[in-house]
Amino acid sequence: MCGIIGVIDRTMARMDGSSIKKALSLMDERGSGEGAGYVAYGIYPDYSDCYAIHVFFDNLLEPKTNVDRILQKWGRIVYQEEIPTYEQPNLKREHIPWRYFFKPYTDLMVGTTNPDDDNVKRLVMTINSTVEGALVFSSGINLGVFKASGWPEDVANFYRIEDYKGYIWLAHNRYPTNTSGWWGGAHPFNLLDWSVVHNGEITSYGTNRRYVESHGYQCTMLTDTEVVAYLFDLIGRRHGLPSDMVVEALAPPFWDEIDEMPEKQEEFMRALRLTYGPALMNGPFAIVVATKDGIVGFTDRIKLRPLIVGENDSKLYISSEEAAIRIMDPDVDKIYMPRAGEPVIGRVTQ
Amino acid sequence: MSLGSVPLKYKISIDRDQCMKCMRCVDNCSYGVYRIEDDKIIIDSRKCTACHRCISMCPRDAIMLQERPVDYRSHPLWTTEAREDVINQARSGKIILSGMGNAVDYPIIFDRLVLDACQVTNPSIDPLREPMELRTYIGKKPAKLDFTMKDGDVELKTKLAPNLKLDTPIMIGHMSYGAISLNAQLSLAKAVAKTGTFMGTGEGGMHEAIYPYQDHTIVQIASGRFGVDIDYLERGAAIEIKVGQGAKPGIGGHLPGEKVCADVSCTRMIPLGSDAISPAPHHDIYSIEDLAQLVRSLKEATNWEKPVFVKIAAVHNVAAIAAGIARSSADAVVIDGFKGGTGAAPKVFRDNVGIPIEAAVAAVDQKLNDQGIRNEVSIIASGGLRNSGDLAKSIALGADAVYIGTASLIALGCRVCGSCYRGLCPWGIATQRPELVERIDSDVGSENVANLIRGWTLELSELMGAAGLNSIESLRGNRERLRGYMLDEGLLDVLKVESVGA
Repeated sequence: MCGIIGVIDRTMARMDGSSIKKALSLMDERGSGEGAGYVAYGIYPDYSDCYAIHVFFDNLLEPKTNVDRILQKWGRIVYQEEIPTYEQPNLKREHIPWRYFFKPYTDLMVGTTNPDDDNVKRLVMTINSTVEGALVFSSGINLGVFKASGWPEDVANFYRIEDYKGYIWLAHNRYPTNTSGWWGGAHPFNLLDWSVVHNGEITSYGTNRRYVESHGYQCTMLTDTEVVAYLFDLIGRRHGLPSDMVVEALAPPFWDEIDEMPEKQEEFMRALRLTYGPALMNGPFAIVVATKDGIVGFTDRIKLRPLIVGENDSKLYISSEEAAIRIMDPDVDKIYMPRAGEPVIGRVTQ
Repeated sequence: MSLGSVPLKYKISIDRDQCMKCMRCVDNCSYGVYRIEDDKIIIDSRKCTACHRCISMCPRDAIMLQERPVDYRSHPLWTTEAREDVINQARSGKIILSGMGNAVDYPIIFDRLVLDACQVTNPSIDPLREPMELRTYIGKKPAKLDFTMKDGDVELKTKLAPNLKLDTPIMIGHMSYGAISLNAQLSLAKAVAKTGTFMGTGEGGMHEAIYPYQDHTIVQIASGRFGVDIDYLERGAAIEIKVGQGAKPGIGGHLPGEKVCADVSCTRMIPLGSDAISPAPHHDIYSIEDLAQLVRSLKEATNWEKPVFVKIAAVHNVAAIAAGIARSSADAVVIDGFKGGTGAAPKVFRDNVGIPIEAAVAAVDQKLNDQGIRNEVSIIASGGLRNSGDLAKSIALGADAVYIGTASLIALGCRVCGSCYRGLCPWGIATQRPELVERIDSDVGSENVANLIRGWTLELSELMGAAGLNSIESLRGNRERLRGYMLDEGLLDVLKVESVGA
């Protein structure tokens, strides 16, 4: 199961986290109280030129010393602090959430056209695969992931997410099967500017994982969802495909449909499928991906998981359930169900 | 001094009560097991190869075959075969010839791998209700897509290299006209045309009768260059350079003069009745850069319109060699495992040289993946694939498609007697004798082979659906859908597969 919801205000007007908390909590039926999380874009305007690196530390001794050392070697820590949290009776504190505001040294990275991002991507991979007791779970600019094991309202209250204001929010209510109770296993997953919430199971995970590993990513979070963030980073950021095209690569039309397309479009789709065959995602899933520029929601090619869309003026909602959208925005004026594999895209209008 | 005779391999007997003396056995046996004397069928069991032709043609089920009717003193090391090979070589002083694939009882890795299926957390997909995509493109793929956007219109800048489009990831491997008969080859050609896939011509040129199906053929260039001219290259849908063969890595080939009839001599462009000897190496390929040059030359000769494959035997260093091939302009690497069949091979090679296809394909897939170029080149696995289970496992271990050989011949009647090199195949497959060749009707034969491909294709769809996959790309290299059962840790690591239960 799992429940997902995402919202964007296309004018970049910022919303606090109280309404998405309500929406996610409404879908408790879809979770099991073992994992929930939120991500918001636009929450750190004071540090809008820094990567906000959120880390789960098992303790603040060796793991933190090691992470400090790695970060200071590759860039400058502008500010750091423990992420403020508030004890909840039903939530067991497993880790210490910490945040760094970090500026990478651009000149240290060679062989790339995007040294800042590639530097930070490398740091995330290095820390997560080599530093015991530390897990980077959020690494974008002016955005932050807040997640833990627990029910949506407890996790929201633990971080007091109503104190944050963002123009994009994604949230996820987890029913774990792969890795129960592990904070790192809760959604959203994030890498750099990409955040992902996912309901379902990716049966092509083995193939997708080998593909991203082949291009320098390391899957360390023991769950199939992180691979989606890496696929978007690889195809979207590094290869430069726009979001709708990335979705077409991950959930492409069937060959029978492609064969019927006009010649030019047919050639393009064939090229896309041949090039990104190992990125094709199979299995039942509904996914919402966010970047600073917008959100995109899509399902697997035969829509084995629910996804519903709501619109109200500048706001676009994507969710597992209509009720969750309606409780967030009782005035929502358009509700519809996208077709299998069809991307639903909300872009900021600026 | 005489070494005397060795005991019979097979003993044929006839149930005389059942026998109605229809003489079909006498007519059908090309090895001369049966003859008539005084209206009685006399049996010479020593000539029998267990090809089952007589048994399958007997209308009364009157013929019995017993393997090894005479026991040797049993011994775990000095097996019957070991003793007889020594006796044979003591007599001849020659290399022992053999046919078909590796006949040593090595463990079969395919049988120690199990596939996955969905339960609860993900639904299985019913191929009868939902689309199931087996379409496979073989050839070079771009590493990334280049395009420009103009007013919302996408202009593709990447130029796609020519790929073969397969409706199912099953192709028929290279068996030359010469090694097999024209009717056998024609049956295979018609079958691949019917099923939307491809077959290899082998190193033997292309007979005119195959021309109507040439768009479904892959023409082969091997070290003897038999039958190769520009016309041949242009007829094939793709070109394959054969460097090695799984049944006999490191050595060449030898088509005995008896099989070189008038037609074969014309097609191969060699004198009638002469032995066709393919040297061990290509004498213009002494290094990887030589191979890259030949690949480019073939592409240049055919206007860069055809994919070029390179076939190698699965040997110890197969992964590194494949990585070298992937760096040339080659479109696909064909890997032939040590259980692959052959018309004729020295027995010591067939049984002792090379590695299994399962390990080879996994190692190649891993090496190319480590180097970030896996998707840019196709991998074709061959060598002892028996059923759709082996097919699905090959793909999950990293193959794009497979070649089948022996299985397609069994669909034409072959009973794997392993006497192909003798040129007397009573099924009309591995022979050039007109009276034997005409036993194959290529319309019927092609339907049998096409049925086999269709059957495996259906089964593969079901296996994929059960595993929650509706596209073959998502099975390719997907080790998550495989588990090893009773495989040791070393091999699990090579295959990159977890143990059952893990």
